[in-house]
Amino acid sequence: MEKEILLSVEDVVKNYGDYTALNKVSISVPKSSIYGLLGPNGAGKTTLMRIINQITAPDSGRVMFNGENLNKEHIKDIGYLPEERGLYKKMKVGEQALYLAQLKGMSYKEAIEKLKFWFEKLQITHWWSKRVEELSKGMAQKIQFVVTVIHKPKLLIFDEPFSGFDPINAAIIREEILQLRDNGTTIIFSTHRMESVEEICDHIALINNSKKILEGPIDKIKNEFQANSYEIVLNTNQLLACKEFEIFSSKENIYNLKINDGFNIKQIIKKINDKHEIISFKKEVPSVEDIFIKSVNNE
Amino acid sequence: MNKIFLIIKREYLVRVKKKSFIIMTILAPLLMAALIVAPVFLADQGQEKRLIAITEIESSYAKEITDSENIHFTIIAKEEGDLIKNNISESPYYAILDIKDTNFTLYGSQQIGLNIRKSIENQIEKIIERNNLKQAGIDIDILEQAKTNITIKTKIIDNEGKTTASNTEASIGIGFITGILIYMFIFMYGTMVMRGVIEEKTNRIVEIIISSVKPFQLMMGKILGVALVGLTQFFLWILLTVAISAIAELMFIDTTELTNGVNSIDQSVVLAEFSNLTGGIDLVKIFISFIFFFLFGYLMYSSLFAAVGSAVDAEADTQQFVIPITIPLILAFILIQPVMDNPDGILAFWLSIIPLTSPVIMMVRLPFGVDNWELILSMILLICGFILTTSLAAKIYRTGILMYGKKISYKELWKWLSYKG
Repeated sequence: MEKEILLSVEDVVKNYGDYTALNKVSISVPKSSIYGLLGPNGAGKTTLMRIINQITAPDSGRVMFNGENLNKEHIKDIGYLPEERGLYKKMKVGEQALYLAQLKGMSYKEAIEKLKFWFEKLQITHWWSKRVEELSKGMAQKIQFVVTVIHKPKLLIFDEPFSGFDPINAAIIREEILQLRDNGTTIIFSTHRMESVEEICDHIALINNSKKILEGPIDKIKNEFQANSYEIVLNTNQLLACKEFEIFSSKENIYNLKINDGFNIKQIIKKINDKHEIISFKKEVPSVEDIFIKSVNNE
Repeated sequence: MNKIFLIIKREYLVRVKKKSFIIMTILAPLLMAALIVAPVFLADQGQEKRLIAITEIESSYAKEITDSENIHFTIIAKEEGDLIKNNISESPYYAILDIKDTNFTLYGSQQIGLNIRKSIENQIEKIIERNNLKQAGIDIDILEQAKTNITIKTKIIDNEGKTTASNTEASIGIGFITGILIYMFIFMYGTMVMRGVIEEKTNRIVEIIISSVKPFQLMMGKILGVALVGLTQFFLWILLTVAISAIAELMFIDTTELTNGVNSIDQSVVLAEFSNLTGGIDLVKIFISFIFFFLFGYLMYSSLFAAVGSAVDAEADTQQFVIPITIPLILAFILIQPVMDNPDGILAFWLSIIPLTSPVIMMVRLPFGVDNWELILSMILLICGFILTTSLAAKIYRTGILMYGKKISYKELWKWLSYKG
């Protein structure tokens, strides 16, 4: 069953002078999903996120949010944690969080209430009247996280949310992100850290050289990506390639096979089983990192 | 609109609460007062009385030289003088004046003060002049009586024949002070805006803010916030200066009344004279114009400063862009003197109409009298200039604040102007 789409970007083009940052990029982000936006540096991810945040406008194409054309009213429905992020160093933590929350359109009273809630939740209440310059980088990141989610946006965009966190705090933030998703928030998640993509993303899109080259639910992509690859362990190390399959890597008695077109798995097993004893046999599921590297290199 | 108000509030409060702001606000009027009072005070302290010995041969000026406020003269014999010359510092004398015919030499153990030399020169010149006049058979008393001193009153006469007293010195004073104040304020607060923009850019807070407000709102919020800081500082300075001078006056009158009742009458005469002096100048018009030209001059320039701040990564890189912006301002500053020499000339007219120089030059011209149409034209053009620079600056700003690690050239800035929001 197809999920409802919260955000759809349609054929968006963005040029900076002669440089094309985005070339007819389209993505659809389903409601209540965690959507991984992947791509090498300079691929156009940040530009895409800035367009969704209305920091900059596309040259052509359109962005639909919740079935409407993206407009000013949606600013309060979106929370953005940019990769390059900072705070006023001389300002006090509480004052600053309050200021940023109010800029999102919250009233003073509401902002105070919500901030108290989040500060208590993350156990940082005692930072309230410290100056930001007294905080460590990880502490500042927590404040930035709080002010990004404080106004309960429908869509959250996190660009490298875990950078600067130690593993313990990264785990806390990951928990919070998952909780937000479970409560119905849609999350776009941009990162280079592929293991965190595997852990939390439902959908991914891959952007390279200003173009989208891949998009879909993560398990579906994984299935499609190396549909014909298998790992087989035998009791010998004398398996030879034949017309039915190729061996693309082997290590002693462990072989990675790719089935050639026109043959199926049953035929392969039968063929191998005739000559060797099979210890284990499994379908190879590629990691997101494999997919990432392969797709980018194939471009 | 609510968001821009929040930004203005933050920019204002952060700066007003700074220690440096509070110190500057209190210290500046005190320093100004000190600058005015100190020379008077120091002069008042009185120099110690100098004792100067005179030796004379082949002439007779010495007996005509009289003591002045700071110098006491004694005539001594030539031989005694020669003896003392060997060791002046041990003697009670500060210096020895040697007169031989019309050769005058002053010996001292150290450099002789200029005012002492001048005062002796003056006396001897007068003595010689008198002697010469006497020899020519001219009665000195008659000459003294013939001497006179006049003052020309200047008055402004308008079309209806109404006259008001005018005063060129006061016009120069007011024009100069207000012109320079505007120049200083634009520079000070313009750079304050630029620093603020650079701060936001380098610590990347701008990335967070920009997703909830438009770059233009952020830029204008900062500019207007700093404008309020400027106005606050200006009014506090006026208030403090008035307070300080009131206290000083009070103390001054107090002591003079105790010591010498006549002095206080002099004081009130002086005050009356002062209000007379400025009588021909419309102070209210100047004050209102000052606030206007300060505000809009600042607004026009500060948007350019903000654009520069957004284009660079660090304050050290601002030079190449700041110089072209400030050239018109510095030019206006340099041309204050020529404009004063001819406040109705063609140079003065155009400089006070063109927006980039008008804030300074119009203030310089105003005390000399400027037609209302010129003033209004200048104001309208300044507002137009402000709108123009701000819209250009906003385009550079919104691209610049999100651009890092790139050496920016003018060509690059030009390209930014064409990017779509």
